[in-house]
Amino acid sequence: MANQAFNVNGQPVTVDAPDDMALLWVLRDKLGITGPKYGCGINVCKACTCHVNGKAVTTCSTRVGDVKGMNVTTIEGLAVGDRLHPVQQAWLDNDVPQCGFCQPGQIMAAVALLNRTRNPSDADIDAIENVCRCGTYKRIRVAIKAAAAAMR
Amino acid sequence: MNDMTVPDAVADTTSADAVPSPGRRRVLAFAVSAPVMTIAAGFGTNLLVPSRAEAALPLPLTPPDTVDYYDVGDSLVQTALPTMPLVKLSVGTDGVATLDLPRLESGQGIATAVGMMVAEELDLPLSMVRVTASDARPELIFNQISGGSSAVRSFAAAMPLIASSARARLLNAAAIRLGVSASGLTVQAGVVFAADGRSIPYGELTALAATLPLPVGVPKPASQYKIVGKPANRLDARDIVTGKKKFTMDQAVPNAMPTVLRMPTQIRGTTIRVNNEAAVRAMPGVIAVVVIPPGGSIVPNPPGVAVMAETFGQAWDAGNALNVTWGDGPLKGQSNDSILATCKSSIAPLALPPLGAATVEGEFTFAPANHAPLEVECAIADVRANSAEIWAGLQTPIVCQQSIAADLGLPQSAVKVHVIPAGGSFGRRLFWDPVQVAVQVSKATGRICKLMYLRANDMRHTRLRPPQYHKVRATILLGQVISYEQRVAAVRLDARHGFGEMFTAAAGAAPVGVQQSIGNLAYEEVFFKTMVSSPYNFGVGTKVLTPVNLDMNTVSYRSVHIQPARSVEEIMVDEIAKKLGRDPLAFRLEYLRLPRARAVLQAVADAGGWGKSMPAGTAQGIAVHQESRSFIACLVEIDCTTPSSPRVTRATIAVDVGNPINPRGIEAQCEGGLAESISLVLSSGLHVQDGLPLEGSYSQYHFGRQKNYPKDVKVIVMPANGGAIGGMGEVGLSASSGAIANAYARATGIKPRNFPLIFPVDFTPFPPGAFPQRVIVPIQS
Repeated sequence: MANQAFNVNGQPVTVDAPDDMALLWVLRDKLGITGPKYGCGINVCKACTCHVNGKAVTTCSTRVGDVKGMNVTTIEGLAVGDRLHPVQQAWLDNDVPQCGFCQPGQIMAAVALLNRTRNPSDADIDAIENVCRCGTYKRIRVAIKAAAAAMR
Repeated sequence: MNDMTVPDAVADTTSADAVPSPGRRRVLAFAVSAPVMTIAAGFGTNLLVPSRAEAALPLPLTPPDTVDYYDVGDSLVQTALPTMPLVKLSVGTDGVATLDLPRLESGQGIATAVGMMVAEELDLPLSMVRVTASDARPELIFNQISGGSSAVRSFAAAMPLIASSARARLLNAAAIRLGVSASGLTVQAGVVFAADGRSIPYGELTALAATLPLPVGVPKPASQYKIVGKPANRLDARDIVTGKKKFTMDQAVPNAMPTVLRMPTQIRGTTIRVNNEAAVRAMPGVIAVVVIPPGGSIVPNPPGVAVMAETFGQAWDAGNALNVTWGDGPLKGQSNDSILATCKSSIAPLALPPLGAATVEGEFTFAPANHAPLEVECAIADVRANSAEIWAGLQTPIVCQQSIAADLGLPQSAVKVHVIPAGGSFGRRLFWDPVQVAVQVSKATGRICKLMYLRANDMRHTRLRPPQYHKVRATILLGQVISYEQRVAAVRLDARHGFGEMFTAAAGAAPVGVQQSIGNLAYEEVFFKTMVSSPYNFGVGTKVLTPVNLDMNTVSYRSVHIQPARSVEEIMVDEIAKKLGRDPLAFRLEYLRLPRARAVLQAVADAGGWGKSMPAGTAQGIAVHQESRSFIACLVEIDCTTPSSPRVTRATIAVDVGNPINPRGIEAQCEGGLAESISLVLSSGLHVQDGLPLEGSYSQYHFGRQKNYPKDVKVIVMPANGGAIGGMGEVGLSASSGAIANAYARATGIKPRNFPLIFPVDFTPFPPGAFPQRVIVPIQS
């Protein structure tokens, strides 16, 4: 008896879950979409960042009942076929990742930033709070600027 | 592989830079018998390293450090070598080479670096090399531990020979197929060419090659390298940026059920009883409630109450609804203050300075620190009546397999352990406590347990970098430093993982259940002696560690004893230079023992503009370090105009690893090391209060974020210089840590003494023994 209906990466999905279940667990445990990661569960590490209607949200702190009918995009839905999103390509070109665990969230945060601002300032990039324990911050900054240039 | 080749490789990897070799040493038979003392006994003035400082006598003579001859990485490299021929390298019918790497890739870039060695020797593009994580293979013995910055060092000693032997075998097959001599064949991008232009790709040769004897290959000379030494991107980068990389909790193990663990109100507290088990079992989605029993071979099972449910969300809700009566742990009533006071009272005394000498002294403390990898501790376990299967990110999978087999009363061969690449580790995954929990839950429920610690537990009940106290005295006579003594007392470091297998682990652990033992202490002193050195010629130089026997969960940490000890020394060097009225750079250049240390220091001074004028409240700081056969220096600029939030604004780092395999990966490690140093020096620590850290998440444990990282960071990778290949993962901390602390001192006039330097309790702690309440962020329209 599926009671939640929304779109994930362009596909309609229906799942049975209480309204207040975190979207992160619906994606991971019910839909098997594992790109969004658990890192804190309380909206502070941002590893679970995805998009709802094109805006960045932390899925650990988003109730599934609040996204009914909306478009959810995870890291898996960013590329079009084999064609990477310019942010993903910039991430590759600059060899950003180390362990890679936070990177889906970092990329989704960067894409959301570039959706808002075509020419992000250093202050805009500083405002991204996603924790990277490996310390890839330098390359994240370079890659965001490279992606911004590529998207102009 | 021919037996004769391995000892030669050993000799190559252990020759210390610029130091006469004390001769070939035999492979360690047993870890605690590391021949450190034997070698040290042979030191004499005839072995002194010539340096500018010594040439300018009358500086007192400093014997080379133990680590000039033998460091912990050497012990790991040497013990790994005998079983290197068992490492699996295969070439498939698609022409792709697959290396089943018996190490944990957790972001260090080791899989890429070792994959580059394979591509180089096989003349394959890097895109045709796959590196997988090997399951636990007990036959590898000491050759499946990830630590000590030893992975690339170990494989540099063996992989070229293994891969070139595979290449020779493929060429022999091609020679048969083409009816020519193998000596006239060439290889381009995995295709074998005869002189007449005929060609066969590797993929069509594998079946025949598999039937031929394995010849002994001849690795390429470095002058012919096309891949090794050139910057390469990570092999897993595309999987990462597309979300395809699978960590432990992402594994598609059918019917593995989400499980969380509620843990006590104190570190290693006890579970007395669950007061509402039936009510919690009746909650939506809940499958089982399991009290983790005591026990555990090698290390005790973590305490707590596990909840298994259909989703992690439901497990979390149910775990929080548990009403548990908890018992105290061994740190009841203990706080950072009391622990550090115990350390201070345990410290070995300093020698009295000679009459008429001036001294520079300092006392330092380090709060406990958390590895805090983004991927929490986690494991999947499937325990059946006569077998078990495990998936986890493990630095020591063999001893994990052995101890789980012992816990379950199964033969070792009945326990299959899959190693999954980890989302960071930094030493944390040398122990396998989440596996222990998952195994107990699976055993109790008959279900497959997919366990992860929630972040609050991963912060509070994890294993910690030991809190510690340092006391230092440098003695100056007639304008020269004649002694440098550093005494360290640290909560004892749990090293019961041994060298990654049961034999050495048992030596460190016995008797079962006792955290500290003579064996473990001996380990720690051997580790300390073989890790911590000084790059300076300070006359009588000693660093002595006193392990303090407090029953705290500890484990190694990136550069565990070294980052604190050497950061302190770099701070003291600035203070000694100041006392002598010397410039910190010139003073270091004079007193450094080895030319490679001077070279990296000069490189950052030149590239970073040492000595330029800086506005009030800002300053430069500089430091240099050597570790695991590598040398590194760092020059930072800091802005302390807002004293409560100092910001590192610029950094220049130069690193000399002797023989860089992947310069891009080396830069990444240095950039990441800088982030870690910024955090450890300025902001990241745990406040233990009544036996439990207050910090429970990243909003409370302040690991640096983008805004804390400088916008101008330059890393200079020194070119290959013929030196033995050095380690990389850990050497990246101490110079940047020292430079940041020194810059802070110069900007503020405040001596850096207690780390982290900015350490308020600026948050409301979660209740002890509970998970945090969920946070709901509404969707904005």
